Amino acid sequence: MTQENQGKTSQEMIRLVDIHKEFEGETVLQRINLSIAKNEFVTLLGPSGCGKTTTLRIIGGFEHPTSGDVMFDGQRINDIPAYQRKVNTVFQRYALFPHLNVYENIAFGLHIAKKDGKEIKAKVKAALNLVDMPGFEKRPIRSLSGGQQQRVAIARAVVNEPKVLLLDEPLAALDLKMRKEMQLELKNMQKQLGITFVFVTHDQEEALTMSDTVVVMKGGVIQQIGSPINIYNEPQNVFVADFIGESIILEGRFLEDCLVEFAGRTFPCVDKGFAPGEPVDVVIRPEDVDISADPESAMLQATVTSVVFKGVHYEMLAETAAGQEWMIHSTTMAPPGQTIGMSLKPDNIHLMKKEVQGT
Amino acid sequence: MRRNWSLYPYILWMVLFTIVPILLVLYYSLLADGGGFSLTLSHYARVFEPLYLAVIWRSILLALVSTVICLLLGYPVAMILAASPAKQQFSLIVLFVVPMWMNFLARTYAWMSLLETNGIINTVLGFFGIEPLSMLYTSGAVVLGMVYNYLPFMVFPIFTVLRKLDPSLLEAAEDLGANPLKTFMKVIFPLSLPGVLSGITMVFMPAVTTFVISQLLGGGQFTLIGNLIQQQYLRTYDWGFGSSLSIILMVIILLSMGLISRSNAYEEGGIL
Repeated sequence: MTQENQGKTSQEMIRLVDIHKEFEGETVLQRINLSIAKNEFVTLLGPSGCGKTTTLRIIGGFEHPTSGDVMFDGQRINDIPAYQRKVNTVFQRYALFPHLNVYENIAFGLHIAKKDGKEIKAKVKAALNLVDMPGFEKRPIRSLSGGQQQRVAIARAVVNEPKVLLLDEPLAALDLKMRKEMQLELKNMQKQLGITFVFVTHDQEEALTMSDTVVVMKGGVIQQIGSPINIYNEPQNVFVADFIGESIILEGRFLEDCLVEFAGRTFPCVDKGFAPGEPVDVVIRPEDVDISADPESAMLQATVTSVVFKGVHYEMLAETAAGQEWMIHSTTMAPPGQTIGMSLKPDNIHLMKKEVQGT
Repeated sequence: MRRNWSLYPYILWMVLFTIVPILLVLYYSLLADGGGFSLTLSHYARVFEPLYLAVIWRSILLALVSTVICLLLGYPVAMILAASPAKQQFSLIVLFVVPMWMNFLARTYAWMSLLETNGIINTVLGFFGIEPLSMLYTSGAVVLGMVYNYLPFMVFPIFTVLRKLDPSLLEAAEDLGANPLKTFMKVIFPLSLPGVLSGITMVFMPAVTTFVISQLLGGGQFTLIGNLIQQQYLRTYDWGFGSSLSIILMVIILLSMGLISRSNAYEEGGIL
């Protein structure tokens, strides 16, 4: 798996080894093994309660694993308190100090580190330039907008030149447009500063846009680790497929290598290695369904039941003769009531092992 | 401004029971002795005689000492209360409040029987062969009485502020390299200042004006400004001098409150 390949590089920054975490007898993290390389942008992605924030807080030193090790730059840091770790955090609600102004907030860490006065001044100025807020030094925190507070929180963290920056859903409180802007800015900033980013979000689009590596989590367990393209195109299970983008998930039966049966007929595919006759989940991306106005020559026939215009594409629901509902994303539109033909290319059919209860 | 009729009863109340009495006190403090309506500043001049200045100075000093002790004792208590889990918090607060349900005089008398020469503490010490200590009727006893009675007034405002403190601010400080002591100095304490200042006000004011505590625990010879005023009104019937002392005391309190609210620049409305 990907995590093992990464683990072998000498540029490893953080390594979580078999992390287990319980809160009052309830397991929130199980067997977390994760390696984060230097200068990597890693996103922990999952629905709320999946353990992504707890994982981040364990790296930051705000939570302690019930068992397992946290390695930082080759050293075990389980017992190192948060204030001695070379990481800085951008908190979800920014956590700016209300009794200090912008300058004092950003200079907080440098003052603690007893840096020289001139140096502090220069660094704060550079940090404010970095987040595009020059001249805001004297402003009280209360007078700033959400987006500005966000930027100050980032400046306050990066000014300390941490080896790793932890970001706990930092964009969640911003409106859509601001969020998109900040996504790009954060990505640029990460390249420019050359520090490792560990980013927590529940927004799959955000994760795909920004990350080098995405870690999908559910119920305290890592589901898949991979590049955005890998995660999107080769989801390892139904949960990942469903959580990352839209998916059609159908019950099917593996017949032999590269041949699967679902929706009442057989399809050529590219998956191998299941037992003949084994029930499988078939995952298809809505944009991979090719539709045509000539149903006879297509693989499947269906009747369009609804159409929603989504800007770039149309989102259509179509019902097959067997009563299955398919979601289709297409730039061509078929009106409700029309019978259409649907075809699938072999490499767009993804087969997955049936979920066994409890994993 | 819009007229709001519902305010009128309160305005009437304020005029009758606050403004008129203060004006009356002010009037008596300026009224010359020996009948008639001639005004004089002679009562105020008496206040500045060394004998009475010493009393005022002693009152301020003891009140200050008690306030500082209350702060030093009360702040950790407030922190412990604020940090304790919700269930325990309630019972701890009840434990703290219950003594206040008992009459103030009864509590102070209880200290007399503890501290007196043949009192409980000396009796216990006697078992160990220790000579009786004279604890009652000392300035220490008065400070003890003030601290004992007014400590809750320091604890609760600080507790209220600390409880509302956003825990992520403490994590942010830790994240930026601040150890627990620095986190306290740079984040917790500055953000709790409104509570500290209102605690100081609520302890200092009753402490500087008290006459019961000083009378009972300080004995007859231990005079504070509160005792002096009481004597003028109830024993020597020198209303003019008593009133001028009251006005001076009011000025002292107003000045100290002004100082406190000026240093409370960060958050408005921190006092009370």
